[in-house]
Amino acid sequence: MNVHQSLTTARPAEPFPSLVPASAASEAMVRFETVSKAYPAYRDKPSVQALQEIDFAIPRGSITGVIGRSGAGKSSLVRLINGLEKPSTGRVIVDGREISALAGKELRLAQRSIGMIFQHFNLLSSRTAADNIALPLEIAGWSRADIAVRVEELLELVGISDKFDRYPSELSGGQKQRIGIARALATRPNVLLSDEATSALDPQTTRAILDLLANINRELGVTIVLITHEMSVVRQLAKEVVVIDGGRIVERDHVADIFTHPRHPVTQAFLSEAVGDSLPVSLTSRLLPQPIASGQAVIRVQVRGTDAGDTIVARLARELAIDVALLSARIDEIGGQHVGSLTIGIPGGDAATKQAVGYLSQNKFLVERLGYVA
Amino acid sequence: MSRELINLIIQATGESLFMVSVAALVATSFGLPLGVFLATSRKGELFAAPAVNGLLGVIVNAARSTPFIILVVAIIPFTRLIAGTSIGSGAAIVPLTIAATPFIARLVEAAIREVDGGLIETASSFGASPLQIVFKVLIPEALPGLVLALTLAVVSLLGYSAMVGAVGGGGLGDLGIRYGYQRFMPEMMLAVVVVLIALVQTVQTAGDYLARRVNRRLRHR
Repeated sequence: MNVHQSLTTARPAEPFPSLVPASAASEAMVRFETVSKAYPAYRDKPSVQALQEIDFAIPRGSITGVIGRSGAGKSSLVRLINGLEKPSTGRVIVDGREISALAGKELRLAQRSIGMIFQHFNLLSSRTAADNIALPLEIAGWSRADIAVRVEELLELVGISDKFDRYPSELSGGQKQRIGIARALATRPNVLLSDEATSALDPQTTRAILDLLANINRELGVTIVLITHEMSVVRQLAKEVVVIDGGRIVERDHVADIFTHPRHPVTQAFLSEAVGDSLPVSLTSRLLPQPIASGQAVIRVQVRGTDAGDTIVARLARELAIDVALLSARIDEIGGQHVGSLTIGIPGGDAATKQAVGYLSQNKFLVERLGYVA
Repeated sequence: MSRELINLIIQATGESLFMVSVAALVATSFGLPLGVFLATSRKGELFAAPAVNGLLGVIVNAARSTPFIILVVAIIPFTRLIAGTSIGSGAAIVPLTIAATPFIARLVEAAIREVDGGLIETASSFGASPLQIVFKVLIPEALPGLVLALTLAVVSLLGYSAMVGAVGGGGLGDLGIRYGYQRFMPEMMLAVVVVLIALVQTVQTAGDYLARRVNRRLRHR
């Protein structure tokens, strides 16, 4: 049996659990109201329906991950939030203002309270680090003296004060993204949009940048919208996840719930990449469909939530007196919950296996029999 | 070579430099905005005006495909209107400017188009107006390319300025034709060519140096 199917059936039938109570809807920082976006046919390109029936809210002060494969509509979604694009139908409301209805000077004013960072940093090669950060302030018409003070603060905030006079060509990817973040925060926006901001960085730098974003969210209360195709980014930072595919929201939940109960195939595909719940080859190559004498039954136990999966082996040994073999295990903490799986071997034939499975099921663990090993 | 001939060369060099610098200055002040507009006015761009863009494109192409010597003759009435005369270095500035403007516009257009589109989107995302994008993003980022474009334009103008000699425009070309060719003075012809080569070398070297100075993309290579 497929694990994901078993998890799917364990879910309530409700299509999307509402993360924002109706009463708090006005408190949303970003709200999409039945938004669709179509690009008309142009030259030899056919028309594209980029987004359909997008209807959701991003709570104030949250970190929300928007995950999807390339071409799923993520970029269109984020460009609707900062008004770079207009929806074909529906409304986009940011911080109480209908940004999709603004144009010209009003739109430009509203855009100053929405910061954005980019995959390829998009820094001006002709400006130093400090002058790049100053750009949005110059555009907003700040005085030279105010700009100098603010730029100093921002350089400190992102931890690159010593690089103020360097040009982008002299800086590493991580340093460039720090400048990008400082620039995005320059005009004290309420929302920070991150469009694949770590996709061009190595894992270590990615971690450092995500930590910086978490700090910014915690200390400045800036709402962060993370567009990504990497589940690991969502796992490290986001509290809530929106999965989009083919221009539609296919799944939406708290990050821990997405990781424990993925329902949509796209989510499941993203998850198996991130969690790595595949068995080691040394084990799968020995796996047999039928029990053999003096062998072990191989069982996978899903660990999720706070249900202390880490003590399973000890409890089985103590309470059922079974010498459980730990074959493979991975448990992460995601959104404050334990998420992962244990693969264990149970010796002693069918009776012991039944006993162990019964015990685990009683304790509300999801159990799956994989086969047998000698 | 006699003292008088040397004086003639010095005077002609001065006339050529005068024609070329004034024409370059005026042509740049028209060509730069025209080039920026051509680069930003297609469908979906900053100053989207596809019809105007198309029309200007046709005019620019027409001006550029007219042979310079024909242009000089064809616009004599216009030259007389502007300069009061159609003879001499001052008058020659008019056709030089008219020939160089569309040339510079195309070069500027190419340099501006080289700027990463992501930077335009970035500036728009924090609320920059189209004009702010031009002055704070496009022109500074395209500066190395613009400097090289203007260098190329000045070099071409030196060549054109030699041609206006054929219609009484003065300058080095005039000297070369009248003395070197019509009076059979090969040493004069040689002197004119050497001076022109030296001028082009100087302009090109200075332009390359300046372009390198303003290029921050390759700073530590």
